[in-house]
Order: sequence, then structure tokens, then C-alpha cells
Amino acid sequence: MTRINVRVDGASYQDDVEPRTLLVHYLREQLGKVGTVVGCDTSNCGACTVHLDGEAVKSCTVLAVQADGAEVTTIEGVSRGGELHPVQKAFHEMHGLQCGFCTPGMIMASIDLLADNPDPSDDEVREGIEGNLCRCTGYQNIVRAVQHAAGEMRGAPAGDGHVAPAAVDTAAAPHVVGQA
Amino acid sequence: MIPAPFEYARPTTVDEALQAMAAGGEDVKVLAGGQSLIPVMRLRLAAPETVVDLGRVTELRGVREDGDALVIGAMTTHSDVLADPLIRQHAPLIAQATETVADRQVRHRGTFGGALVHADPAGDLPAVALALDAEFVIAGPEGRRTVPARDFFVDYLTTAVDEGELLVEVRVPKLDGQWGMRYEKFNRVAQAWSIVAVAAAVRRENGHITEARVGLTNMGPTPLRAGAVEAALSGAEATPEAIAAAAAHAAEGTEPSSDLNAQADYRQHLATVLTRRAVTAAAGL
Repeated sequence: MTRINVRVDGASYQDDVEPRTLLVHYLREQLGKVGTVVGCDTSNCGACTVHLDGEAVKSCTVLAVQADGAEVTTIEGVSRGGELHPVQKAFHEMHGLQCGFCTPGMIMASIDLLADNPDPSDDEVREGIEGNLCRCTGYQNIVRAVQHAAGEMRGAPAGDGHVAPAAVDTAAAPHVVGQA
Repeated sequence: MIPAPFEYARPTTVDEALQAMAAGGEDVKVLAGGQSLIPVMRLRLAAPETVVDLGRVTELRGVREDGDALVIGAMTTHSDVLADPLIRQHAPLIAQATETVADRQVRHRGTFGGALVHADPAGDLPAVALALDAEFVIAGPEGRRTVPARDFFVDYLTTAVDEGELLVEVRVPKLDGQWGMRYEKFNRVAQAWSIVAVAAAVRRENGHITEARVGLTNMGPTPLRAGAVEAALSGAEATPEAIAAAAAHAAEGTEPSSDLNAQADYRQHLATVLTRRAVTAAAGL
């Protein structure tokens, strides 16, 4: 067993783990962070995406021991004070999901993308989330959701013409990436 | 699936890493970014006795200039490569190829050196390193040695890095001035490996191509240089016709595999098409 210290969604943990433990299993089984799901188990689908020191990673392809000393943010840690993250809200409002299984990873990858590129083209959104597979939606509404969120986070109205922008709390704007 | 149990070592220097590898028993694997190693360990295709994690060896990260060369630390992540201004300026071919590697999440963890030592024939960086005449600095118990790219890729998933040795850094000659570069990759779906890809660097002067270097991805068990194309381009006019004629030689001497994605003859066809596109773009046409 190896001792690790990690901060996950703002709380500090000290645990003994087997070196072979995957980060996603540590999060789900030892910490109960079951919002992060295991999809393919082959590093393809991105459903298990979390942020490790502010960068999106596939938590099925990281060992828990590699997260020692790091800050992990899961889908359970992106809302603030009961207020959904703008990307979460956008997936809800733009119906960016059907079964919902890919959604935690989609949202974590999208937050990471928007931190690097706050005003992406549709193609850049599609490339930015190429590491995340959705087998329900055909991605159309996911791209709309990311664009909608991008607009809200920039403080601009989201102008994709499909759904009237909801009332925006701009005070809750770009507040997540890199924080715990 | 989860990996089989292993002993875990986390050195903080290259010397400590070499010691941990020497002390690790029969089957030691070096963990860089883990984006290839962890999947194969999960599938139990690899079940090493000891894993030596280089994550804390900070001396292996980063890009610096050394005279006429860029020196890229083996543990520099793909994301760090993409963000690096020196690479954009002096070796844009590396940036172009790195952008096509897997996806954002994998690029955040995966490393430049890890991808080269893994040496997957469909990996994007080996052909680029070969086309750029990179040099590989390898540390071992006896000290350090430098291996040119043409001797580095030995066979399928096999490089000149021996057991007990570690890739430390890669030296890439700066190609400035009249050099143009292009990586052309063909794959079917997002985040997929190359079916075939071509890395081209072309020096153009007075309407002529004075030198061309062409690397081929996934046209055999190792990356290859398209020597016949390079010879045909040397001194050729920089015209679409001359480039197309030279590119027709791209598959000469290659023995690509046939698999689920493509038959060998299709790969050979792709090599000529992608070489024409890559050289055309690199020549600024």
C-alpha cells in the first residue's frame, strides 16, 4: 500500500491505496464520488473525465498514486453554493443529453476546453470533446450546449437561435476551472 | 479490468530512476504519462514486477534551446509541447503532429518521450522525429549516449533504449528560414490512430526544392523515410507536377501491414496521396 494525499472537490483526503488502483476506482469506491462514471474502461469514451490540477484527464488511465499531492475536481465539485456550473446549466437547458451516461465526462471536458478557448467555433468544440463519446445524441445538442455555456461564461448572449437564452447570472460566470 | 499488482517506485531524479530500474527485478516498466502503459496493464498485456513512475522527475520536463537545436525533455507532455513557443517557431512539424495525437485528455497526460519510446507504428511522433533527424539522449548505468533517429526505431514497439536505460531528452535540429513543414494524417474517426500519415519538411529556394525530408507513419513496423521521394525532390522545381511525380515513389520499398482498417495496397496508395499533399503544403504551394 502507498499513502497518498489528495484534495478532491475541495476536501483533503489521506488514504492508503494499492499502487495499481485506478484514480476512477479510488474516487468512486473509496471516496464515494460516484458522479464520475466508468464507461468503456479502455481510455476511449471519456465518461470518467475529471480535472487533475486543473486539466481534464481520463481517470481510468491515471493511477491513484499519480494523483498524490494533486487537486482533483469531479463533476460533483463544479457547482457553487447550489448553483449549477454554467456548463451544467447549459447541458440541461439545451438538452445536451439523452441517457446521461456520458454527461459528467462531457461537462468536465467542456469546462477544460472553454478555459483554453472561451469562444470556440463549432468545429473547435467538436475537436475539443473528441475524447468523449456519446451514443445517444449525435452530438448536435452537446455542441449547442457548449456554445451556449461559452456565451454565458463570456457574459454575452448565446446566439445560436435555437433556444432563448435563460436569465444569466453573470456573477456566477467563469469561476470553476483550476479551483477546487 | 485493473492492472495486476506491482511494486511502485517514484524517483525524483534520473539517477534515482536508474537505480530503481536496476533494483526492480526481472520485468520493470517505466511509467511516463501512462496513456499507453496503463491501458496495456489494464488489459494484462503487461504485468510488470515493478513500475518506475517518472512523474516527479522534474529535470525531464520542458523545452530549451541549445545552439542549433531544440532540446525536448522526455517527460514534456503533449499539451506542453503544443503550448511551447520554441516548438511553434523552430519545429512546427512537431506541433502539427502533436495536435493530432489522441484527444485533449490524453494529450494532458501523455508525453513526448513516452510516445517515442513506446514506438507504436501508428504513433504520430516517431515519423516526425525521423523526418527531422532528431537525436535521442539515453541514460543508463554506464552514463549517457546519443542515438540518431535512423538507429532509434529498431522494430515493432522496439527502440534502441535497452533494459535498464531511460530516454532523457530529444534534440531536434532547428529548421528555420526557407523550411516549410506539414503533417498529413489519415484516420477514420476522431481520436483514432493514423491509418497512414506523412511528415514532410521541405526547403525551397528560387522556385526549386533544395532539400526534402519525408517520414512515413504506419507503413511498416517502424517509421520510415521515403528515400526515393526525397531523392526525386532534391533540386526539383517546386511545381504541383514535379511534386506529384516524386510522391508517386512514396511506397517504394515499404511493406505495410493489412488489418481491420486497411489492406497493405490501400496503405501504399494512401502514402503516395498523403505525401503529395504534405510536400505540396510544406513547399508553400
